[in-house]
This record gives sequence, C-alpha cells and structure tokens, in this order.
Amino acid sequence: MAALSLSNVGPIYRREIRSYFNSAVAYVVIVVFLAIVGWYFSNNLFLINIASMRIVFELVPLVFLFFVPAVTMRLLAEEKKSGTLELLTTKPVRDAEIVLGKFLAAWTLLAATLAPTLIWLVTLMILGNPDLGPVVAGYIGLMLTGGVYIAIGIFASSLTENQIVAFLIGLVIVLAFFLADKVLLYVPGFLAPVVEYMGIDYHFSSIARGVIDSRDIVYFGSILGFALLMATASLERRKW
Amino acid sequence: MSIAVRNLVKMYGDTAAIDDISFDVKTGEILGFLGPNGAGKTTTMKIITCYMPPTSGTVAVDGLDTAAQSLEVRRKIGYLPEMNPLYMDMNVLDYLEYSAQLHGLRGGVVQHRIKEMVHVCGLEDVRHKDIGEMSKGYRQRVGLAQSMIHDPEVLILDEPTSGLDPNQIAEIRELIRKLGAAKTVILSTHILSEVQATCNRVLIIHEGKIVANGTPSQLQQEFQGADTITVELRAGPGDPAGAVAPKLKSVEHVTGVSLLTQNGGMSTFEVHADKGNDIRESLFRLAVAEGWVVLEMHRRITTLEEVFHKLTTA
Repeated sequence: MAALSLSNVGPIYRREIRSYFNSAVAYVVIVVFLAIVGWYFSNNLFLINIASMRIVFELVPLVFLFFVPAVTMRLLAEEKKSGTLELLTTKPVRDAEIVLGKFLAAWTLLAATLAPTLIWLVTLMILGNPDLGPVVAGYIGLMLTGGVYIAIGIFASSLTENQIVAFLIGLVIVLAFFLADKVLLYVPGFLAPVVEYMGIDYHFSSIARGVIDSRDIVYFGSILGFALLMATASLERRKW
Repeated sequence: MSIAVRNLVKMYGDTAAIDDISFDVKTGEILGFLGPNGAGKTTTMKIITCYMPPTSGTVAVDGLDTAAQSLEVRRKIGYLPEMNPLYMDMNVLDYLEYSAQLHGLRGGVVQHRIKEMVHVCGLEDVRHKDIGEMSKGYRQRVGLAQSMIHDPEVLILDEPTSGLDPNQIAEIRELIRKLGAAKTVILSTHILSEVQATCNRVLIIHEGKIVANGTPSQLQQEFQGADTITVELRAGPGDPAGAVAPKLKSVEHVTGVSLLTQNGGMSTFEVHADKGNDIRESLFRLAVAEGWVVLEMHRRITTLEEVFHKLTTA
C-alpha cells in the first residue's frame, strides 16, 4: 500500500469531528451511553455496595455492540448517497486516507464517550483503594474493542448507501465476533480453538484481567487493520 | 495544459458507455460536450477526473496518465460533478476551507484563495450560511468556487447550469467565461445556446461515439442543407404567384420556389437553392430589374439544434 500522508488525513478527520459535535449525534451518544452504563454502575455501588469498575468493563463491550455501528453507519454511506464521495475521491487524496480519517474521528468520539466514566474511577479512589492495573488495562481493552467495532462499522458503511442497512450489516458482523467464544459448545472440537481465538470477548477479558499480552494486541491490530483494508477496497470497487 | 484522450472504452457489463473515443483539448480551450442523456458525457468526465478507470484506452492530462499518476492529475483538475453534490451541514467558508485543504493548500494561501473565490463567485452575502439553506443558484456558485479553489489549470464541469433560472444561467456562464480564460475547460450541457455562448469547440457524443467535432460555426456549415431563403415582395397588382414564381425560378442555382402567403399585392416566397450558394444578391438584382419592392429577405441558417438533432436521432 502506498504511503499515507497525515496532512491529507487531517482535514478529513477534522470535518468528521466537527460533523459529530456540531450536530446532536455526539451529545446524544455520550448522554445515552453514560445513562445506561451509569445506571448499572450506581446500582452496584449504592444497592449492592460493590465499589468496582468491573461492571463497567462487563457492560461496555455489550453496549458498544449497538452504539458503534450507529456511530459509524453514516461515515461512508451518507457520502455515497449524497454524491460527495465522488467529490472527495477526485481530490488528490487516497481512498485509504479517507477511511483512516473517518476511523480516527469515530475513535475520538468513542474516547470522548468513555472519558466521563473516569469520574466514577475517581469516586472509587476516594472511597477505597481500587487496583489500578486492571482498570488501566480495561480501558485500553475497551478502546481496542471499540476500535475493532468502528473499523468493522466503516466497512459496513462502505458497502451501501443506506445507513440503516449499514447499521444492520455492522451489527451482524460485530455480533458474530462478540459471540464467537460463547458458542463453543456447538462447534466441532477441532475448530473450537480457532473459533475461540476469533472471539473478541475472549481477548478483551484477558486484557481486562490486567495482562496485556502481545497475542491479544496482535488479534485486535489485525482485525482492525483488516477491516479498514476491506473498507478501502470496497471504496475502490468503483474502479473494478 | 492539454488533455489527450486516446481510444477510450468503458464497458458496463456488456454495453459500452463509451466506445473508442479519442480527442484532444488544447491549452486555453473551452470545449463543449454535447449529447443526449446517456451518451457517455458524464462517464468520460469521470474517467478524466480519475473517479474511475476506463476499460481500455488512456487519458493524459498535461502528459500525466490518469491511471499511473492519478494523484498528480487530480491536483491539476477542478471538478464540478453532475448534480453538484455538497455537504449540506457545512457553511460556505468551512466548506471552501475543507476543499482547499484537501487540495493540499496550507497556511495563509487558504484564506487568500477563499477570499478570492467568495469574491469572484459572488458569495459574500451567504458566506456564513449553511449550504443546505441556500438556493440552487448559490449552491451552484459554491460548487464552482470549490472546483476552482486551488486555481487548477484544468476545469471539468458536468452540467454547470442545470436547474438554474435564465438569469442564473447567464451569471454562471459569464463566470465560466471569465475564469476559464486562462484555463483548459471541458463542460457538458444540454443547452445548445450555452455552447454557442461559451465554447470554442464542440464535441457531440452519441451512443458512446463522437459524431461531430469542430467550432460551432464549422458544424453549422458542415450540416447546412440546401439553402433556403424567404423573400417577401410587393410585385404590384395581378397574380404575383403566377408572374413572379417562374422568374424567381429562372435565377441561377434555384431548385424550387413555393408561395407561402399572399396578401393583396404582397406575397411571401420560399426559394430553395443548391447547397452552399448564396443567391440573395441575385434575387435582389432580379427584384430591382423587375421593379419589385423587397420587404424582407432572410436566409435560414442551420442551427446547432438542428445539427444536434440530425446527429443524435437515427
């Protein structure tokens, strides 16, 4: 693949960020996300008297399943539908730079969504003495999991000009990765290790235990990279 | 900055959208692309602007190949796609800035170019408005401003005046002529008077093939059929049709005379002559000799519409 120029990714990234934060999208996503996860977190804290971030790390990958495809569905589908993709791809910008700029913008929105949850961590640190290792690792795991979901969502968005279709395709694919390590009972024995390895939760849980293993990093990196490559290839499909 | 198109073919499945076309556009030329819908105009433009590759054949912009040196070619081209797609949620200034940055402009140049484009395209009053809230005429100007933000040497405009009212069309046309003076321009249109008003050269495409290539007046001459002259005469009392028509017919090159209207002493004839012979002078001399009063004489010219119609229906 040809070298990417960050100076081309920049304008695309900034436009997407502005588009998220100038419209209601970013605020709706952040508020709804915090309301859902916050509800469970505070139930745990006040009703069951468990001062732990664990519930956050258990719940967020599940919430991301629906949130991330909703955040990414318009990224390419909308440009295809309105015709601005033609404008964009006839500028001196590589298709991969378009995909990367949009990926980074959605990832930034994800970080902005997770950032307020750090307040809960601060609360816990005031109340007690949480083990910070697994918490830091958990956040890294969430960003990686979210990154993979975003890359898949962008690929889904590149396939169609209908945002709803993009959402559903994205949801199905991330769901497949999410469920892979939970259906091992139904998988022939010799395939089980492969299917388990494909499961995103398998790797997330291993990171969330506080062990950042290179095996998991390789897993996240390769799925993420592959999905972005697929999205780029799908954009270039007009050239076939 | 020249454009050289060689043996271009684009297949969609089994059908050829463009079928082996070749042409050149010279520096500073404004080339008009004419053709019915689906003739292959937009496809050709999409290939020149590197949006998609041809099935076979090559396009070179200033000697750079659109396939091998796509990024370099795209840097030189300003493009206004069909339907003028725009980001409805951006305001004019933000959008122009975005376009400038995508073209690799940085720093002070960006603001300078934006200012210039806003001025040239008459966007001062709406520069803070969201594009989605603007009228079609203004949007078209934003589309043009966007295509010229990096001062490209080549402009590709796909139906720049479609959907505009006559005043706006005149404005945009003037803008293209003003800005296109120093550039190489290809524009496509359905409006034939537009070609006559703005273009130095016309290319008529039909079913993926070039059927005519020349200046508007060349094409008109080439497709000029038999000369037809309408004369209105006062030939005095009597039966003008009976008396005048044979005399008209005796003029050299005349092949036929027909009476159109007759009103008292005044009668209107249509005189047909062999192609390429201007018989107006002979008719005038005949009238003087016969003592007729010529009230009106008019030579019918083949219009570009007729040329277009002739070439694209068959």
